Amino acid sequence: MIDVAFHSVTKRFPPHIVANDGVSFEIERGTVHALLGENGAGKSTLMNILYGLLQPDEGEILVRGKPQKISSPREAIALGIGMVHQHFRLVNTHTVCENVILGLRSTSFFFPAEKVRSRVHALSERYGLRVDPDARIWQLSAGEKQKVEILKVLYREASILILDEPTAVLTPQEVEELFRTMRAMKEEGKTCIFITHKLNEVMEIADRVTVMRQGKVVDTFSPTSTSPEELAEMMVGKKVVSVVPKRSVSSKAVLELKGVWAMGDKDLPALLDVSLTVREGEIVGVAGVAGNGQKELAEVIVGLRRVQRGHIFLDGRDVTLLSPRDIASLGVAYVPEERSIGLVGEMSVAENLMLRGYAEPPFSQGFWVDWNKVEAYSEHLIARYDIHPPLSEMPVRLLSGGNRQRVILARELERKPKLVVAANPTAGLDVQGVEAIHELLVRAQEEGAGVLLISGDLDELLKLSNRIVVLFRGEVMGEREKVQWTEEDRHSIGLVMGGIRI
Amino acid sequence: MNLEIILGVLNRAMAYGTPLLLATLGEVYAERAGVLNLGVEGMMMLGALGGFVVTYLTANPWMGIMAGALVGGMFSLIHAFSAITLRANQTVSGLALTLLGTGIAGTLGRNWEGKTLATPIRPFSEAFLARCPILVRMIFKDIDVLAVGGVVLAVFLWFFLFKTRPGLFLRSCGENPSASDALGINVWQVRYLAVFFGGVMAGLGGAYIAVAYRPAWSSGMTQGVGWLAVALTIFSFWNPLYALVGAYLFGALFHLAFRLQVLVAPELLNSLPYLFPIVALVFVSRLAFRKKLGVPEALGKPYKRGETG
Repeated sequence: MIDVAFHSVTKRFPPHIVANDGVSFEIERGTVHALLGENGAGKSTLMNILYGLLQPDEGEILVRGKPQKISSPREAIALGIGMVHQHFRLVNTHTVCENVILGLRSTSFFFPAEKVRSRVHALSERYGLRVDPDARIWQLSAGEKQKVEILKVLYREASILILDEPTAVLTPQEVEELFRTMRAMKEEGKTCIFITHKLNEVMEIADRVTVMRQGKVVDTFSPTSTSPEELAEMMVGKKVVSVVPKRSVSSKAVLELKGVWAMGDKDLPALLDVSLTVREGEIVGVAGVAGNGQKELAEVIVGLRRVQRGHIFLDGRDVTLLSPRDIASLGVAYVPEERSIGLVGEMSVAENLMLRGYAEPPFSQGFWVDWNKVEAYSEHLIARYDIHPPLSEMPVRLLSGGNRQRVILARELERKPKLVVAANPTAGLDVQGVEAIHELLVRAQEEGAGVLLISGDLDELLKLSNRIVVLFRGEVMGEREKVQWTEEDRHSIGLVMGGIRI
Repeated sequence: MNLEIILGVLNRAMAYGTPLLLATLGEVYAERAGVLNLGVEGMMMLGALGGFVVTYLTANPWMGIMAGALVGGMFSLIHAFSAITLRANQTVSGLALTLLGTGIAGTLGRNWEGKTLATPIRPFSEAFLARCPILVRMIFKDIDVLAVGGVVLAVFLWFFLFKTRPGLFLRSCGENPSASDALGINVWQVRYLAVFFGGVMAGLGGAYIAVAYRPAWSSGMTQGVGWLAVALTIFSFWNPLYALVGAYLFGALFHLAFRLQVLVAPELLNSLPYLFPIVALVFVSRLAFRKKLGVPEALGKPYKRGETG
């Protein structure tokens, strides 16, 4: 029984982009069907078409054998199609129940949320989606929010569930829970469409996989007949070679945090007595679910956030209360979590590249900026860091995410820093972009810099780090050092990320 | 004696506070749906002129009240169009609405300047009050049915906003329009209705001033009440019941400014109701920031399908 069939679906975003180019494949009822591809491969576009958020330019979609024109999410819901978006679409100030019934006209006029509690509760029991129906969304963790999203879809009695990169924000344990829920749904004959670019997840959960590249379907098949390496090659279109980080480390400390306390944006303590050391030529990974003090940790080190108590030493020198500029000039590079902080979108690549050094020679002679020098320097870096398109005068906001990140890294690493603080440097990048950034970080490590790599992606940390610490509610937990990380390490770090002390 | 003073203040607070209450209730709904409308003062001015002129011509104050509300509502659609459909900057569009509204009211109202109404809305009659208990009699002295209606309306709007399905949908549009849209709520429709309702209420407030509170026309007669309504919306944490309390508090301050003139410089007293929102706003914005109270998350942000966050 075929639940959904795409027949040469094409979607263009004028003037140049063809997001889906003659896409055809079928999804069987009661299966988990993975949609694998790089950023920009057209996975999300295709699913937004199925969910009625976008209209195809050509081709047709068959739902349970019937051609359907789905022109809004409301119509998709009526066809039994539900979608869990990558960025949660929840109303933070409302309760779980209120979010579940949002948009439903069939609920009672008065006190609508009170009347659905028992059904929400029954659904969460049935599919292992444990969450307090009266909790407000802002009180929930990312994993719990996702459960609410799935509850929303199930409450609408959807039989086809689209999950857009659902594991990006989850701890390994939460991923396991999600997979259990997906299996429970499968057993009831529901269909899950699962968008991802993580190969091991495809291998673990998917019955069928459709690989997409540059808007086209490469192939649809069963993942049991393939290997992760083969999948990666199909997805990227060429062999992917991974960097191998240096494993020996000097004993000289570059960065030392001693009992550091700091406040978060809401005037609540975000860092509690954090002590941490980064040595020369070492990559220290900071694991943890977003919002456990990672942002504050990075900001405290580079001087953007005030230290309440404790001390920070750089090369043995106390830098606790120095300004961001002084700290940077001592050799600290910063790759911030939000790229909009690291770059000025309206300014050109060349201008962004000299943002650190604009006030010093050779770029500036007193009052004047020597634009020829800036231009030459920029062209040098564009070539060295492989920035595309290679145009100095292009406004940064027009670059792709991966290239914007390269601009930041070029600016920061070219100063030969002693310490690199990188917060989620590969968030949102595709496999090739991720590899390029990893290469640059390892290059900095090889040149002797200490790297503090803060990341929500545990696999990335296991690949690059010499040492991993976990941040949980502002505290450092479960520090460990390894030459080679194993599956058990992955599991136990995952537990610590969820707040379990080992 | 003490009770008498308290009831007297409450009585005056009700008289002064009603136009402010009406306008604030409207702005609470518009902002709860995610649209900041700084055009309240302009909509009130036009509502006042509309109410005055229609009452003057038809000799029927209720026609005037309805006309004022309708004028305010129609006028607010300019803001709705630019803020919702064109996704313009809501602060700028709202300010423009106030300038436009006061300007139009001043120009069109020139021929009516200084004229008074022979048929304003009358307070409760002596005969009616005589049949009421003494407490009610003291509170309702010189009060009209619209002021009482304002109280009923505040309670009703609170219930509607927090306890019913459409109220939940409306709040969702102001908190997270993309979530609401993805679930099949028509965000544009909800926002248009909310802004229109805000305009109707502002027009009603304006018309109340010109037809009941001070039944005469002079340009600028709303005296910044529209701006107070914008401040009070924040001060009330976007809650109709708190808006009721707040509006009466402001009303009492107006009254006190009048009563204490013999003791304190009247200039200072007259500025009290305007100083108060500034103090209140400083206080409230810090509190709101800390406790994440109230502020609709998507307030002031235009919604475009396909853009996340």
